Amino acid sequence: MAKLKKLEDYRDEIERCVKCGACRAHCPAFDAERREGRVARGKIALANSILEGEVGLEPKVLEDLSQCLLCGSCCAGCPNKVHTEDIVAAARRQIAEERGLSTFGKGVATVLGRPKLMNLLAKSGGSLSSILFKKLPKNSGLNLRFPAPYLEKGRTLPPITAKPFRERVPEVIPGDSQQPTVLFFTGCGINYMYPAVGEAFLNALNFLGVTVIVPKDQACCGLPAVSAGATKTIESLADQNLAAINRHNFDYIVTACASCNSGLGNIYAEMGDEFKEMSAKVMDIFVFLARHGLPEKLEALPKSEQRIKVTYHDPCHLRNQGITKEPRQILKALPQVEFVEMPDAGTCCGLGGTYSVYHYEHTKRIAARKAGNIESSGAELVATDCPGCIMQLQDGINHAEGTQRALHILELLAEALPE
Amino acid sequence: MIDKKIIEELVQILGKDNVLTSKAERICYSYDATQQSFLPEVILQPGSTEEIALVMKLANRELIPVFPRGAGSGFTGGSLPTKGGIVLCTEQMDQILEIDEENLVATVEPGVVTERFQKAVEKVGLFYPPDPASLKFSTLGGNVAECAGGPRCVKYGVTKDFIIGLEVVTPTGDIITTGGPTMKGVVGYDLTKLLCGSEGTLGIITRIVIKLLPLPEAKKTMLVLFDSIDGAAQAVSAITRNKIIPTTLEFMDGRTIECVRQATDLDLPEAAQAVLIIEVDGDREFLDKQVNRIAEIIKPLGVVETRIATTPEESEALWQIRRSVSASLRKVNPDKFNEDICVPRSKVPEMIRKVDAIADKYQIPIVNFGHAGDGNIHVNIMVNKKVSGDIMKAEGAIKDVFKATLELGGTMSGEHGVGIAKAPYIPLEITPIAAEYMKAIKKALDPNNILNPGKIFLDSLED
Ligand SMILES: Cc1cc2nc3c(=O)[nH]c(=O)nc-3n(C[C@H](O)[C@H](O)[C@H](O)COP(=O)(O)OP(=O)(O)OC[C@H]3O[C@@H](n4cnc5c(N)ncnc54)[C@H](O)[C@@H]3O)c2cc1C
Ligand code: SF4
Ligand code: SF4
Repeated sequence: MAKLKKLEDYRDEIERCVKCGACRAHCPAFDAERREGRVARGKIALANSILEGEVGLEPKVLEDLSQCLLCGSCCAGCPNKVHTEDIVAAARRQIAEERGLSTFGKGVATVLGRPKLMNLLAKSGGSLSSILFKKLPKNSGLNLRFPAPYLEKGRTLPPITAKPFRERVPEVIPGDSQQPTVLFFTGCGINYMYPAVGEAFLNALNFLGVTVIVPKDQACCGLPAVSAGATKTIESLADQNLAAINRHNFDYIVTACASCNSGLGNIYAEMGDEFKEMSAKVMDIFVFLARHGLPEKLEALPKSEQRIKVTYHDPCHLRNQGITKEPRQILKALPQVEFVEMPDAGTCCGLGGTYSVYHYEHTKRIAARKAGNIESSGAELVATDCPGCIMQLQDGINHAEGTQRALHILELLAEALPE
Repeated sequence: MIDKKIIEELVQILGKDNVLTSKAERICYSYDATQQSFLPEVILQPGSTEEIALVMKLANRELIPVFPRGAGSGFTGGSLPTKGGIVLCTEQMDQILEIDEENLVATVEPGVVTERFQKAVEKVGLFYPPDPASLKFSTLGGNVAECAGGPRCVKYGVTKDFIIGLEVVTPTGDIITTGGPTMKGVVGYDLTKLLCGSEGTLGIITRIVIKLLPLPEAKKTMLVLFDSIDGAAQAVSAITRNKIIPTTLEFMDGRTIECVRQATDLDLPEAAQAVLIIEVDGDREFLDKQVNRIAEIIKPLGVVETRIATTPEESEALWQIRRSVSASLRKVNPDKFNEDICVPRSKVPEMIRKVDAIADKYQIPIVNFGHAGDGNIHVNIMVNKKVSGDIMKAEGAIKDVFKATLELGGTMSGEHGVGIAKAPYIPLEITPIAAEYMKAIKKALDPNNILNPGKIFLDSLED
C-alpha cells in the first residue's frame, strides 16, 4: 500500500534552508505578489513553525501555503537544493488531515463534494457545457484542476473529447520484436482533451517499431491531488496504477506529460519499496525518442522550403529533472520547423495543479508574462511536452490577444512522419 | 508595545493591506541570511516616501524602533528586528522611475531588484557595474545601505561610486534629498556618501539617483590554474603593475578547489593549488590583445594551465567553477561562518597562510575564495552546529582571523557590513574616539534612537 511521507519527515530538508533568499529570484508565486510568505524561504519558515507548534493552521498560514505551484523552480535555483515543493505538499497533507479537505480550498472540495459540483455545473450552464464534464470519471485529475466556479472567469479550455483516447485504441499495439516494449501512461490531459497527442505518440513509436501497451485501467497520476493535499486520493490512485501497470511486461513506462512523468517517476518512488522498480522505468517520450535514434532519422529527411517558427516552453517537471535538451533536439531536427528560443523558456506557465483554481488572477499574471515572451520570440507556435502547460499557455496567449498556438511537440512530429 | 490604537493609525497611513500583523506574517519577516531570527510586532509595506515620513513621526512619538528591510539577503543581520517593533520593508516600492540616456543617469525606488535594473539599462546600451553575488534578489536600497560590492569592483568600484543622489526619510520623519543628477556637486557635506553603507541607521532611502556608464562592447574570460597561492597572488600584482585592470580577478584557494573537485565533475587537475578567473571588457578587438598580454605576463608564475573562453558558453562554463563553490562547501561541513575580510591586495597570500594556521590551531576547516583584485577574501569557517564545541572553535577562529586581518592593514568587512554579526568586534578596528565621532552623528540625527537600533555598535546609545 502506498504511503506518503509526513511533514515531520522533512525536518532535515527544512533545516537545510540557510535563508539566503536566492529563491526570491525563481519563484513564480512570489513574482505574482511580492511578499515573503509567498516565497520558498517564507513557506519553509512557516512549515517549520507548524512543526514547532509556533503557529496553528490559521488563515494566513493556509493562504501562504496555498500560494505555491509546486513547480520546483526554487529548488532548481537553491544553492542547497531544498525541495520546497515536497515540504509544501507535505504541509498541505497535514493541513487537510487536521482541517478536512474542504476548508483548505474551494478547489479541493471537488474531491469529496462531487454532487455539489455537479449541481453547480448544471446551474451555471454557461460557456462550457456541463455535460462535457459529466463525461469525466471521478478520478480524473481534470476535475480537480477545473472545478466549475472557475470556468466562469473567462478561462479558455480545450473541449473534452467525445471519445477518450484509451477507448479509441487497442490495449496492445504490436511492433518489431527486436525493439523494446513501452507502456504508455497517457494521463488525463491526453486521454480526455488531447487524444491527437496520444495518436501522435503511437505514430512515433510505431515508426521506430516499438511495441506499445496502453493499459485501459490506468488512472490519473494523482498530481492534482498532491497539490490539493488529498493524501488518500493520491495513495489510492498510486495503488490503482501500480496494479494496472504490473499486469504487463515492458521495458519502459513512457509519458508525454511532464506532470505524470514526475508523479510516477518521483513522487511514487517515495511511497514504498513496491513502487521503486516501477518508478525507475519511467521515461519522458523525448528522452526515449532521442535515445532510440529519432533525431538522426529526422535529420535525414529533406528540410521543408518554408519552415514554421516554433519556440519551446520547458515544463517545470521536466526542467527540474534536467530534461531540457532532448525536446529541443527533436524540435530542431523536424524538417518543417525553424526553432527559436524565447526569453525565460524555463519559467513556470502558472498552472501549478490546483494553484490556478484558487489563484486564477495570479495565474493570469504569470501567464501574461509568458505570453509576452512567446510573442517576443517571433514564433508562430509554442510547443511543449505537457498537456497542462499547453492549456495554460493557450489561455495566456488568448488573454493577451496573441495569435500563436500552443501544442505538443508530438503533434508537430506527427506531421513530419509518414502515417 | 504596539497597541491596537497604533495599528489603527498605521492602517490609516498605509492602508489595511500594507500593515501585516499576523503571527505567520511576522515569522516571515523575522530572519535574513544570517539565519538568526527576531519576531517583529508589525510589518509595514509602504508605497511612498510620504507614508514613510508619517510612520517615522509616529515611531518617534511612540518610541517604537523601526527596522528598514529590502530583500533580507544581508549576511550581518542589518535588517533584523532585534528589539521587536516595526519592520519597514521596501519590496513594494520597486519602480524604475527614469533612465536618462542623455545624461547617463537613472532614478529608482529602493525596492528595485539589482539585476532587473541592470537588465533595463543594458537594454538601452548602458551599464550599472556593481554586481553582488546576490544581485538576482537583493534590492538597490539594500545595496546602497550596505554599500555592496562584487567581482567587477576591481575595475569599476563599489555601489557608492555610482550613487550620486538620494531621497531620504530622516530618523525623525523629515524628507531630504542629497546630491542630485549632476556629475559634480560640492555644496555642503557629502551626505550621499555618508548614507551609502550606513546600514539603515541614519535614514530610510526612498529614491536613488544612479550614475551609469556606456555598456562595454564585449568581454572575455580566462581561467588560470596555478601550482600555489603565491603564484596566483603574484599574478594579480604583475597584471596591475603592467597597468592592466581587468573587470574581475576572482580567486579560489587549494581547499576551495578540493571542495569543488569532490562535489562536481568539473575538470580541475590535482596540481592546481589556486585558481584565478580573469575577465576583461571593452572593445572587441582590444580584448584578444589584452588577454594574450595577461597570459604572457603571468606565464612564469607557476601556471599549470590557462583556459581562454572563445564563446559566451565557454565563458559560462569557466564561471560555473566559481559558482559551484558555495554549494560544494556543504560537503566539508553543513554550516558555515562567512567572513568577508579585505586586505591590501599584495597581502592576500600572507593572509591565506595566516588563515591556514588558524585552521590548524582550532582544528577546523577554513576555505578561502573571493575577489583577489581588491584583496577581499571570503573566509569560510566550516562547522557542524550539531557537534558540541564547533561553534566555540569558530568564534575563536573568527576573532583570530580579524586580528590577523587588521595586523596586515586590512578591514573586517569589505562588503557585508557590521550589522549585529560583527558589532562585538568593532573595537578591534575602530578606536574609541573614532567610534564616538560616528555615534555623535547617529545621536544628532536620531535623538530617540528609533531607526535600526542595536546595529553596528553594540552599546548603540542605549536607552
Ligand atoms: C548568496 C548571497 C550572496 C551575497 N553576495 C554578496 C556580494 O557579493 N557582495 C555584497 O556586497 N553582498 C553580498 N551579499 C549580502 C547582501 O546581499 C547585500 O548586503 C545586499 O546589499 C542586501 O540587500 P537586501 O535588499 O537584501 O537588504 P537587507 O538584507 O534587507 O538589508 C540590508 C541592510 O540595509 C538596510 N536597508 C535596506 N533597505 C534600506 C533602505 N531603503 N533604506 C535604508 N536602509 C535600508 C537594512 O536595514 C539592513 O541594515 C550576499 C548575500 C547572499 C545571501
Ligand atoms: S534558496 Fe534555498 S536555501 Fe536559500 S532561502 Fe531559498 S530555499 Fe532556503
Ligand atoms: S515550488 Fe514553485 S511556487 Fe512553490 S515555492 Fe518553489 S518556486 Fe515558488
